[in-house]
Amino acid sequence: MGDKILMKGAEVIGEAAIKAGCRLFFGYPITPQNEAPAYMAKRLPEVGGTFVQAESEVAAINMLYGASAAGYRVMTSSSSPGISLMMEGISYCAGSELPVVIVNVMRGGPGLGGIGPSQSDYFQATKGGGHGDYKMITLAPTNLQEQADLMKNAFDLADQYRIPVMVLSDGLLGQIMEAVEFKFDIDPSSLPHKEWAADGRMNRKKHLINSLDLDLDGLERHNEKLQARYRKIEQNEVLCEEYSTDDAKICIVAYGTTARIAKTAVEMLREEGYKVGLVRPITLWPFPVNHLLKSVKNPATESFYVFELNAGQMVEDVQLVVNGTKPIRFYGRMGGNVPSPNEFVEKIKEIY
Amino acid sequence: MKFELCAAGFGGQGVMAIGQLISYAAVEENRFALFLPSYGPEMRGGTANCICIVSDRQIGSPIVPNNESAIVMNTPSFLKFEPTIEKDGCLLINSALINEKSQRNDISSYYIPANHIAAEAGNKIVANIVMLGALLKLKKFAKTETIQKVIREKFEAKGPKIIEMNMKALQMGFESV
Repeated sequence: MGDKILMKGAEVIGEAAIKAGCRLFFGYPITPQNEAPAYMAKRLPEVGGTFVQAESEVAAINMLYGASAAGYRVMTSSSSPGISLMMEGISYCAGSELPVVIVNVMRGGPGLGGIGPSQSDYFQATKGGGHGDYKMITLAPTNLQEQADLMKNAFDLADQYRIPVMVLSDGLLGQIMEAVEFKFDIDPSSLPHKEWAADGRMNRKKHLINSLDLDLDGLERHNEKLQARYRKIEQNEVLCEEYSTDDAKICIVAYGTTARIAKTAVEMLREEGYKVGLVRPITLWPFPVNHLLKSVKNPATESFYVFELNAGQMVEDVQLVVNGTKPIRFYGRMGGNVPSPNEFVEKIKEIY
Repeated sequence: MKFELCAAGFGGQGVMAIGQLISYAAVEENRFALFLPSYGPEMRGGTANCICIVSDRQIGSPIVPNNESAIVMNTPSFLKFEPTIEKDGCLLINSALINEKSQRNDISSYYIPANHIAAEAGNKIVANIVMLGALLKLKKFAKTETIQKVIREKFEAKGPKIIEMNMKALQMGFESV
């Protein structure tokens, strides 16, 4: 672990993005992720990049649109209310097939809400908070090492599928410090040239990047193309961790901060002889259907318990997979409150 | 090895620095470390606290129901965190600012006049480092050389006089328990 450095979560996002070859950041300040833009404002000029504090989140996401259209790796970072303001622009990026990376360090809502950690933007991220039939790959780190690692996945997937990718973090993962190792350091000039980019018309036909198509059949064909791509992503890009699920009587499903607390709860319960396991989706979309199906089909598993920092959002995706075959329970905390592992242990013991 | 600390006090008393220095030392010694600052709308003069966890294994929950050890630098922090210490836990009380005595006999309480000791070391601003020194002796969560090294690195920009004062505060804290 010699190369590990202790960093704050929001700064990890920034450094990992730079190491993933991103040199452009557009954003607007909001707690609890302010250290990310602050870090980028300092670091990007050192590596020949550009940081712009936009006049609003609406402007920031449209700056991403422009920079991405020109063929560059580009990102923004914000927190829940700021992400809501970006929704129109994200839909435009999806419609225009633009690779952009958006980090949401979730805080409690609705409205201006509070500044405590939350997971209440799951629906917004995975079901499309903006308009139109679009999808956004959604990556949910559980610790700072994964938060660093997934930033590279985010940029790679965005480029590969020409799709917006969201890294769904939360106030806790934004504010804690942990040691991380950056396992990659990509020179942006080594990245493949984007043939489709609007980067200067030199002896070629023009590249028009927009999301407008007034021809009904044309727009339907465009949608069909996007949907085919989404099916391909569902086939190929699922990430999920299964922990102690083989003989689990109760299978917990949790992601992000909640999953690391649940993992400690599983360890505590296992020490007392309770057979409990954890399925931890890392990609929230595409949802790890097949991983969860293994536990659905596992005769040892009698029921599921979904833990989230919201009123019950991912639980609906779990319900779709379990499809009425086994009972599903839900327990969530809201408003920025984060439970201790003992709270989960109690919930499991009540029904074991 | 697993070590958990809650450090609490007024903003400006350097409680965050205590947690950070321990975390830096843990990483230096190839352990896992987690530092969680309270991040409400805090300001100088308000209350501040942090949690720091050190382990040989990957750290799961950043939230601990009870604190294994705590440093309290002012009375509001004493009142808030004294009841949260787990059985057989360890509580370090800055007796220069806290007149209350712990009524619990299932924990070990240490009364350290950190501000006075810090003034002797050069400036009461290093009271946090006095407490760090005392805790280091009691809990041995890192090698003394490692803590000295991370203090040197943290205060490098402030010059040798400041580093020297922090080293003295660490030593005096170490000897205070």
